[in-house]
Amino acid sequence: MKKLALLIVILSGGLLLYATKDFPPWGDPHSPASMHVSPRYLMKSLEETGVPNVVTSILADYRGYDTMFETTVIFCAGIACFMLLRKFEAQSKDVYYRHIPTGITIHVKGGKQIPPTSKEFEKIDAIWTPYDLIINTVSRFLVPFIQLFALYVIAHGHHSPGGGFQGGVILGASIIVVAIAFNLRTAIKRFGEKIDGIMSALGVFIYSGIGAICVLLGAEFLNYGTLARILPVSKIMARSHGILGVEIGVGIAVMAVMVCIYNNVASEGKHDEGL
Amino acid sequence: MEFLFTHLVAKYNFWLYIVLMMIGLYAMIAKNNLIKKLVGMNIFQTAIILFYVSVGSKKGGTIPIIEHGAGHTPHGIDPAHYVNPLPHVLMLTAIVVSVSTFGVALALAIKIYQRYKTLEEDEILTRIRES
Repeated sequence: MKKLALLIVILSGGLLLYATKDFPPWGDPHSPASMHVSPRYLMKSLEETGVPNVVTSILADYRGYDTMFETTVIFCAGIACFMLLRKFEAQSKDVYYRHIPTGITIHVKGGKQIPPTSKEFEKIDAIWTPYDLIINTVSRFLVPFIQLFALYVIAHGHHSPGGGFQGGVILGASIIVVAIAFNLRTAIKRFGEKIDGIMSALGVFIYSGIGAICVLLGAEFLNYGTLARILPVSKIMARSHGILGVEIGVGIAVMAVMVCIYNNVASEGKHDEGL
Repeated sequence: MEFLFTHLVAKYNFWLYIVLMMIGLYAMIAKNNLIKKLVGMNIFQTAIILFYVSVGSKKGGTIPIIEHGAGHTPHGIDPAHYVNPLPHVLMLTAIVVSVSTFGVALALAIKIYQRYKTLEEDEILTRIRES
């Protein structure tokens, strides 16, 4: 099997390398990729949409339909992970508790549990690490700054590299940091499953909602210029605000899906223990 | 020989990415463990993304953010001055899709492990044939 794989790889690799004979040289400004529609985007982006970052204006305005389905794809990935893995019924397995004042570990067999209202016992993972002051404090301090930076990245997608996807991933990472530094149950208590599901659908809804508002105002789907009829700005600034609106939708959806995928994959669907 | 030299030196980025693609393809076909196959798929996707982004680069070009000062609009934007933004945009979509497929593939691998108690491909095939 490995020899056959090596043969296939060498054959297809050789074929691809032979095909590079016809490629334009690296860094050629007159290569066919840079000749047709991309100079038009570069020259017209600032005057038509008011957004200097050409990547953002292509992503959210000129090719906005594509980005809407990309957001739908990542939403479907979150849904797929949830539906494949999530188990809701309580597992009848052994649970471990730790008595906080004395540090004694209690092993409760067979699915019975100490009710969570008792303050002296905390539920611990089967692989338990002791409380580390540095990691817990530093990650708790870092989370608001990470989120602030993520909101900065989303909001400044117009003028610097950034945008919805990048900021959304950083927002998701801020919650996963809490899940890794503490444990999964703490992160789920902070950002529950229900609000997570609502937010992932809300992001896609905001994106297609802005497109639908454009249709209701009389133009085509996702033509942000018609938003100038309800917002008191010019047509160019209406396109810029439409781009910001869809980037916010994308950021919300990506954050919720990142957290959903992490929760379900790291705990195998049971949401009781994490990494 | 000089012809080969021109092609090899002028387009060495394409050759590097094709080598990376073939490494990923080999891992997907030849490795037995499911997680190693997934890592090979990820390497393949990363090589494709790098390949496309390198197609859009221009010699001496800067990032595709139009230089604008405070309060003056530039006239005469030279497209040869900026790197081609279109492959960057398409590859943003490709990165998001690769993350999604990796997440779902990991979920499927967990389900396979829960059912067959192994992640090696030949053992899984044996247990499928037995049951």
